[in-house]
Amino acid sequence: MVASVMSATEPKSARRRNWVKSVNAWLLLLPAMVLLATFTHYPIIATLYHSFFSLGRSGPAEFVGLENYRYMLDDDVFWQVLRNNFIFALATVPTSIALALLMAVWVDKKIVGRSFLRLAFFTPTVLPMIAVANIWLFFYTPDYGLLDQFLKSLGFAGHNWLGDPSTVMTCLAVMVVWKEAGFFMIFYLAALQSTPPELKEAASVEGASRWYFFRRVTFPLLMPTTLFISINALINSFKLVDQLVIMTKGGPNNASSLLLYYIYEVAFNFWDTTYAATLTVTLIAILAAVALTKFVYLDRRIHYQ
Amino acid sequence: MRFKTKALLTAGFMTIAGLGATAAQAVDLTMYYPVAVGGPVTKIIDDVVQRFQKENPDIKIEAVYAGNYTDTMTKAMTAMKGGQPPQLSVLFSTDLFTLMDEKAIVPIDELAGADGQEWLKSFYPAFMENGQVDGKTWSVPFQRSTIVLYYNKDAFKEAGLDPEKPPTTWAEMAEMSKKLVKRDASGNVTRWGVEIPSTGYGYWMLQALAIENGQKLMNEAGNKTFFNENKTVEALRYWVDLSAKDGVMPKGAVEWGTLRTDFLEGKTAMMWHTTGNLTAVKEGAKFNFGVAMLPAKEQRGSPTGGGNFYVFKSASPDQQKAAVKFIRWATAPERAAEWSIKTGYVAVTPAAYETETMKAYVKDFPQAVVARDQLKHAVAELSVHDNGRIYKIVNDAVQAAVTGTQTPQEALESAQKQSERVLSRYK
Amino acid sequence: MRKDSHSIETFAAWMLALLWLLPLAYSFWSAFHPSEYATRFDITAPLTLDNFAKAWSQAPFARYYLNTVMLVTLVLAGQLVIATLAAYAFARFRFVGRDVLFALVLVQLMIMPDVLIVENYRVISGLNLLDTIPAIALPYMASAFGIFLLRQTFKSVPNELVEAARVEGASSFGVLWRVFVPLGKTTYIAFGLVSVSYHWNNFLWPLIVTNSVESRPLTVGLAVFGAPETGVDWSVITAATVMTMAPLLLAFLLFQRQFVQSFMRAGIR
Repeated sequence: MVASVMSATEPKSARRRNWVKSVNAWLLLLPAMVLLATFTHYPIIATLYHSFFSLGRSGPAEFVGLENYRYMLDDDVFWQVLRNNFIFALATVPTSIALALLMAVWVDKKIVGRSFLRLAFFTPTVLPMIAVANIWLFFYTPDYGLLDQFLKSLGFAGHNWLGDPSTVMTCLAVMVVWKEAGFFMIFYLAALQSTPPELKEAASVEGASRWYFFRRVTFPLLMPTTLFISINALINSFKLVDQLVIMTKGGPNNASSLLLYYIYEVAFNFWDTTYAATLTVTLIAILAAVALTKFVYLDRRIHYQ
Repeated sequence: MRFKTKALLTAGFMTIAGLGATAAQAVDLTMYYPVAVGGPVTKIIDDVVQRFQKENPDIKIEAVYAGNYTDTMTKAMTAMKGGQPPQLSVLFSTDLFTLMDEKAIVPIDELAGADGQEWLKSFYPAFMENGQVDGKTWSVPFQRSTIVLYYNKDAFKEAGLDPEKPPTTWAEMAEMSKKLVKRDASGNVTRWGVEIPSTGYGYWMLQALAIENGQKLMNEAGNKTFFNENKTVEALRYWVDLSAKDGVMPKGAVEWGTLRTDFLEGKTAMMWHTTGNLTAVKEGAKFNFGVAMLPAKEQRGSPTGGGNFYVFKSASPDQQKAAVKFIRWATAPERAAEWSIKTGYVAVTPAAYETETMKAYVKDFPQAVVARDQLKHAVAELSVHDNGRIYKIVNDAVQAAVTGTQTPQEALESAQKQSERVLSRYK
Repeated sequence: MRKDSHSIETFAAWMLALLWLLPLAYSFWSAFHPSEYATRFDITAPLTLDNFAKAWSQAPFARYYLNTVMLVTLVLAGQLVIATLAAYAFARFRFVGRDVLFALVLVQLMIMPDVLIVENYRVISGLNLLDTIPAIALPYMASAFGIFLLRQTFKSVPNELVEAARVEGASSFGVLWRVFVPLGKTTYIAFGLVSVSYHWNNFLWPLIVTNSVESRPLTVGLAVFGAPETGVDWSVITAATVMTMAPLLLAFLLFQRQFVQSFMRAGIR
């Protein structure tokens, strides 16, 4: 819009001017595009390319077609980490969203100690995951960890939280929800604060129950935010693996391993880079699928502006 | 064009980060090393390096601590693949095949000079086993260990057991453990009988049990494993039953890293752990404790363990020579004795035990020689091609079994199947 | 009735907040008390700074701090310059291939450098940059997120201001510098805070590309320091953990409002 107005002011030699403008724009974009090409576009293509080759540890790498993919489909660990990843997403995304909404509703209204509450909820977000993992590791330590001490003081038996495949995922999910809910709260808070105040007043004047108002007015209004957060949270659940390095190394028996962590392991512990590339292709495919959903939504928003 | 851009970027950022070329007269060496036990190990290593540099001002060593063994191997390989290999490193003695496959290292006997063979013969043969392939010596023992049984003598007394008679057989260990378990009023366990760690080094513990049961886990060529043999399965079953049937070990995975603290806090009366932790246990124990060889089924036995020095192929001849000089210095009897005293690792040469310092130390603290005495029962540690991957497979199997996800039979069958798939490339 | 439900809610909110602060409070407790009190809560326990002194002397945290500060500065400076130029082009120029290029930028929003570790490692080692701070920074230097945010901001700059600057004889760059950049101030702050906290906390990629003390950022240093094998005293690990978090936490407490608003701004767009 703006650009067309600007160029319309001087009709003379418009073509030449347009051409100069293009060159200018391209020059402005050059640094960004070079870096993006080197560290995003090229790696994506290279990943795909390498996934069709043999490792070549004892000879030149050869084209092997879909061999690596066959290996992957045959790899029990791959299926397990994929399943883990979906369980992890299912466990963390809805919970943190629900909590985030609750927190946002609380701190949006006049509640005693509002700024303290905001602070408390948001603080975990600014902490490094590595530090958080260190702290929570001690929470979960069997017998003398904080959680077990608390349970024991109530007369319950201690439990090996991170050493038991049936509890390890839940433990990690709880931690991640703790870390992320405050972050998502911010988005809801922003949306709530842009809710027209007349609406709120209308509700209180008519004496509509708060729950009813929330269900029929606030929540639908927040729908775009919810969608936005869900997608972000989903993407996060696929790239958040720092905690595994500290807390479980993916164990016991891969029970807490996630796709990206497995890629890290295959690539940098086993040096099977072509198989790691194959796994990365899967991850990229998943992210791309999520992204498509996001785009349908984002595009609409861009058009509004 | 593209290359130029990259070169420019590189040049630009090199200046930004202030990474000018380091011009130095001295030979510079980078050494990665791992820490797998408690105590101020990084300080001890720094001190060793400092003193060496003082005596040899023409050599500069940068010792980089990079985490546990796996982390350190990862770092060394990452650096090598990225074109910046270290010149020497302390890595798992068992990473030999992997390092050879990657063509990363050089044999040390060729670098050691005229009296090299004699020097290499001065080490305990059990520790040399993992480092010798095709008649060449590829690595030199440094922080070496065997697994020993630590037991709490006070707890033994309290349970009515003789504190001078640790268990000598599997059956005895299970029986004594039952007596050692302590419960509070509501029936919760406050002290376990025995703990065998199942994270990180689960393969090592499994190998100990298998050896005791008369079963090797791999062949010498490092391309065949015996995980699903009956005796291996039996070994794992014994381990699993300690918690599942006898109820003397906590359920689930037992953390290698925190096990020492468990023992020191009295949460378990016995533990299997590396002798490398001995000094840290000694410093931390508020009770009397004993150290014993691992109990036997068919025979006594423990795999050796720990790290060796490796010299990297890409280093210049000068650097390689300097590296060997350091290795010889660091493993000389006096230093080996000192290292053993400060950590608990087995001193790598018999001569170290003949030094006055060591004799005096052992007199006061006889626990210090148990691991060495166990060497006569010791077997080379599991070492195969693609070692990291095989370790992970075995560790997974061990964890699957101790957490009850799979039976020992299922877990080991699957481990064997996966290993064969990985190793088929090296036949 | 209504009042009751109100106070119940207030109570619940407070409980949740306290629960949320518990892990942090605990880490402070154990960092500032002798290790005997690591798991025993006794109000009379003596306070100490010993754990910090120990952590500080056992690992080169000073160097780690320096590395992290250099890393964060480098990333942010690069991102701001590069994103400003690109956003300006996207917002104010009409040129061949604009939509295609913009789509190419957006690719990075969903396939972040964080997941391309294998190939990016190859690229970095091909550039011979391994084990340097630029190696950690480069993949993040062109931030699609930053470009996107600034483009939105620049688009909303009133045309009259641009024209006025033009009349005064400002060049394209002059307009960018004198009109757009000042008007984008809030966006810059928002993006800056988000970026700094992201890169202060980033871990996996730095872990992969750094090998030595000279390039390790705080997070990697902390992970290496706290490995349970070493059996470093729990209180000392928490002290190190607190040291790692402290600068960001402090900044957050001081500039709470800006932080929250920045994250909000960065999020809504």
